[in-house]
Amino acid sequence: MMDIHRCFRCGYCKFPDDFSKYNCPPYARFRFESFSPGGRLWLTRAFLNGEVDFSKHLSEIIFSCTACKNCAENCRMGFKDEIVDWIVSARREILERGLAPPFVRDFLENIRKYGNPWGLPRKQRADWLRAKKYDGDDYLLFLGCECSYEDRGRSMAKNFVEILERAGVSFGILGENECCDGNEVFMLGELGLFQELAERNKKTMSELGVQKVIAISPHAYNAIKSYEGFEVFHYSQILRDLIQSGKIKPGELRKTVTYHDPCFLGRYNGIYEEPREVLNSVPGLRLVEMERNRKNSFCCGGGSGNFVFDLLRGSYSPARERVREAAETGAEIIAVACPACKAMLDDAAKDEGLKDRVAVMDLSEIILRCGIS
Amino acid sequence: MDIYKALVDIVGEEFVSRNEEELYIYSRDSGLTEREKPDFVVMPGSAEEVQKIVLLANKYKIPLIPVGASLTLSGLAVPIRKGIVVDLRRMDRIIEVNRLGRYAVIEPGVTQGKLKAFLERNYPDLCHSMPDAPPSATVVGNILIHGQGNLSQLYGFNSTMVTGLEIVLPTGKICRIGSCSLSPYWFAVEPLPYLAGIFLGWFGTTGIITKLGLRLYPRKRLRDIEVFVLDDPEKVADVVYRITHTEMAEDVITMEQPYPMMFRDVVLVQIYFNGDSEEEIEFKRKMLWNSVMNYIRSRDGGFMFLTPDVQEDFLEKPASSVTRFADVMKGGGFVYCGAIIPVEKFAEALRKLKEIAKRHEITYGHVGRIVGRGHCMMFSFSFPFNRADRASMERAKEALHESYLATLELGGIPWKPELFAQKMILERMDKNAAELMKQIRGLLDPNGIMNPGNWEVEP
Ligand SMILES: Cc1cc2nc3c(=O)[nH]c(=O)nc-3n(C[C@H](O)[C@H](O)[C@H](O)COP(=O)(O)OP(=O)(O)OC[C@H]3O[C@@H](n4cnc5c(N)ncnc54)[C@H](O)[C@@H]3O)c2cc1C
Ligand code: SF4
Ligand code: SF4
Repeated sequence: MMDIHRCFRCGYCKFPDDFSKYNCPPYARFRFESFSPGGRLWLTRAFLNGEVDFSKHLSEIIFSCTACKNCAENCRMGFKDEIVDWIVSARREILERGLAPPFVRDFLENIRKYGNPWGLPRKQRADWLRAKKYDGDDYLLFLGCECSYEDRGRSMAKNFVEILERAGVSFGILGENECCDGNEVFMLGELGLFQELAERNKKTMSELGVQKVIAISPHAYNAIKSYEGFEVFHYSQILRDLIQSGKIKPGELRKTVTYHDPCFLGRYNGIYEEPREVLNSVPGLRLVEMERNRKNSFCCGGGSGNFVFDLLRGSYSPARERVREAAETGAEIIAVACPACKAMLDDAAKDEGLKDRVAVMDLSEIILRCGIS
Repeated sequence: MDIYKALVDIVGEEFVSRNEEELYIYSRDSGLTEREKPDFVVMPGSAEEVQKIVLLANKYKIPLIPVGASLTLSGLAVPIRKGIVVDLRRMDRIIEVNRLGRYAVIEPGVTQGKLKAFLERNYPDLCHSMPDAPPSATVVGNILIHGQGNLSQLYGFNSTMVTGLEIVLPTGKICRIGSCSLSPYWFAVEPLPYLAGIFLGWFGTTGIITKLGLRLYPRKRLRDIEVFVLDDPEKVADVVYRITHTEMAEDVITMEQPYPMMFRDVVLVQIYFNGDSEEEIEFKRKMLWNSVMNYIRSRDGGFMFLTPDVQEDFLEKPASSVTRFADVMKGGGFVYCGAIIPVEKFAEALRKLKEIAKRHEITYGHVGRIVGRGHCMMFSFSFPFNRADRASMERAKEALHESYLATLELGGIPWKPELFAQKMILERMDKNAAELMKQIRGLLDPNGIMNPGNWEVEP
């Protein structure tokens, strides 16, 4: 954070690369300059210098950043790759000073105690999913918290498991032994807890001899990649491979579909084409792009724990704006590849009264819907 | 009177703030301005809401500070006497584009970036004159300070491209100016009495613009650049004269700066030109080369070979290299005196810039833009500073102030002048003209609520 004063507050970071719309979710939501990336950096610096006192509002400014990385993509300065690190460091400082706002404290405490942000019992993690425990299989399927506890995430997991089984892929899950991947914990600045979680997952996976991991959630994908020592795949890559190798053959689906790029898959890990290849492999499916796509994608607003505490909620929420943007393409389906995006966009479609016009479906659900052989 | 509650009643709770954080951010800008905090920040969503805010402020004599992106780097949208900051960026609709009439009608929050993207997507054969300010700057903010863009060499200051205005006057009346005052079309402010002049260049002291009609121009499919390099600044004015004589150039930019080393002690004249076909481009290129052939023959200048990377950098629109100047000292800021000077004063201005930089032991940069066919130019005296080093900020401030003085000595006028320079201008201005400015303001804004402190003529 030594260099945080280098931000000029010029605002390039607010936009996608064509400057068409505001692309920083909290700024697009609240529109006060304080919620822009530059405003957030200036206020962080002012807080660290003692020019601005800590307050509930400041915590909302700092924690409403979804860590979507649009700013890092579009800032024109040499330090651009450090912007999100600065925000994470600011959060760490807040936590270290014992100033964590209640919504962050609860989130972290629940993970510390129960291994998930909702504080739900560990045994509920996978007791609903009929999938075998990992036992030296080719792949470990890592569910992540959203796919373990949240309804929409669970349906993603069920669908993907069905496809894997039908394609004859050798895989298993960790069940109760799976622990939060820690991606959001890291982004919220609790680096100690992140390391604990990472160590725990690493130990469990190493002891079982896991070498290849499939993550459904891009957040989990991102975290497990940083664990090192495992070959990690996102489920969209596996789906694409299964289709390309002819192990599954999608049936026809005469629908117009648009694809929403998740930040932790796209901007963080450069996976833009595999999910599109999956969709394009479906006969009859017409893939249309939203104005903001790939590295310019507009975050659903769920990152950095916001899929739980949702500081960006309301009629101007990024998720609602994103659903409107999707509807403008004429798409009947918004395809997603992340459980957080799925829940955020699904709720938003309901709130916007667009549920009948655009269905939010994940890649596996679409593949199953068109029928596979 | 509970002003906060009254503002909430007008725009809704979500769009009013009296939180320290917003007050802090709106009390400073990306330049060196740091002032007292405002009392409130409010974000209206319509002209009617602006009107209600103005009526409220008028009733209780509270200063109002209209804000676009606050990117002038001279604190023109930062409150001087506290009051209510009116951030207009929620009003960001592009209301109309008249393709055949080549104009657009926009709200004040429309950013340069948004208008560019919208036209490129929907009207690819139209464009507006785009400054090299960050794309987050508003079109209206730029017009209101007499900005210059990439079409200014062809058509003059961006403020001459106004085709109509809707303004909430300081007393709360909504007023339309130009053809839109009596016709559904926004094609021109002429042939009526030229009321637009009461609002352009006044820094929001005469009313809040809620709609702007703006001229658009043909956008050619191809754009190219040639960079002419000279080591004698004395020859720049003549080079510019020759180039502009061809009427082949779109934009003409001058540049001189010590970094990177390859640019040290030479002046670059960047000549942008465009065409709908390769043939048109090549024809223009030839004309431009021929215009300065005498300098090439005498070896006083020559065209630079541009690698594709460098060329791409030069062709970026807006040129982010101008913004990146803020990072040359890894310090997050720069300030500049944009001197509007006769082109013939280029060499003298450059000499002064270097002297000032040397005296203040500070690095410098210069970027200039020709306005009209050499009718004048914007010559920037730019100084980067380090936001984490107060001494460097002080040095930049002193250098800036000296540059304002130098500009006036050159017979030029500081553009978008900060308070200090506004005073210098008013002191030197024809007394009757200054008095006229005061009278106009008094007439429009009897309670003195609009961006007070700016353009204030001492009694
Ligand atoms: C890196 C950099 C490069 C730049 N390059 C250029 C350039 O190439 N050309 C150029 O012309 N400028 C340039 N600028 C200067 C400036 O940023 C731009 O002119 C910019 O367009 C100003 O717009 P803004 O939205 O920031 O205006 P603001 O600073 O917000 O407003 C300007 C003035 O207008 C008033 N105002 C704003 N909106 C309204 C309204 N609706 N009604 C009434 N008053 C209002 C404000 O109170 C203020 O006094 C540059 C700036 C930077 C930082
Ligand atoms: S983060 Fe970069 S792009 Fe954003 S305001 Fe700061 S300097 Fe500008
Ligand atoms: S990471 Fe995303 S939400 Fe956070 S400041 Fe950057 S653009 Fe905004």
